[in-house]
Amino acid sequence: MNPVPTCDNWRYSESFSVVGGNFDDAGLVSGRIKMILKGLGLGSDIIRRVALVTYESEINMVSYATGGKIHLHLQPAYVTVEAIDEGPGIPDIRLAMQTGWSTANDKIREMGFGAGMGLNNIRTFSDIFHISSRLGDGTRLKMIIRTGQKEIQEPGEGLS
Amino acid sequence: MLLRDVQKILDAEVLVGADKLDCEVLTAFGADLMSDVLAYAVSGCLLLTGLTNHQIIRTADVLDIAAIILVRGKKPSPETIRAAAEKKIPILSTKYILFEAAGRLYKNGIVGCIEKVDEPRAHL
Repeated sequence: MNPVPTCDNWRYSESFSVVGGNFDDAGLVSGRIKMILKGLGLGSDIIRRVALVTYESEINMVSYATGGKIHLHLQPAYVTVEAIDEGPGIPDIRLAMQTGWSTANDKIREMGFGAGMGLNNIRTFSDIFHISSRLGDGTRLKMIIRTGQKEIQEPGEGLS
Repeated sequence: MLLRDVQKILDAEVLVGADKLDCEVLTAFGADLMSDVLAYAVSGCLLLTGLTNHQIIRTADVLDIAAIILVRGKKPSPETIRAAAEKKIPILSTKYILFEAAGRLYKNGIVGCIEKVDEPRAHL
């Protein structure tokens, strides 16, 4: 496990694997990311939003894909979470984004999910949200949340 | 109101977090659908639910929920108890149904963490 980044070391990336169908572990990645962000002293509202979009992404991956990766990128001004799955892909993204639309099975519903809320929640709690999907290839989500902190220029950056 | 008072009002059994009964709670949210909890519940509120699997703990942890109240006499799985103890999230179990539990808390001053969806409650 990588060391938790500190404020001096605040350009940080980490990738996490998610195994499809493994409901027991859904939520572990968001828990780990929450811990990392807490260690950086980010505001609790920002941390909650990042944890929430990560958690919904994990639930989607576990529910519908054979697996995938979640990538966390930290910069002072932004937290970026990318969720890239090896799943069947979404035939109609506009339909999938509609509240209440779902293809969930009973197992997913037993867990308290699968009511067609997940992608909407992810969009609502992200500052910037991108989704793309290819049938037979998988689905990629990109969620960006602003930290409210200014980007600190690296020495030498911006000089011509 | 203290979590201790919530326990008395609901005649609830404390399953996890007997050491956290002095924490203060002002608001609550009730649902069995975790996506709705994620969409609408607010940090520091009580979560009233009939769902008992360990995703309630993951959801409560993501949102910093103060405590989980299991209604209708539901008992959580051992994994749920373990996860709650690890995350230090209290779980209480009451035999009241969701409607009764919510009504009894409301009568004693606990309000919804929001009133209507899409309308944030004024800061308490």
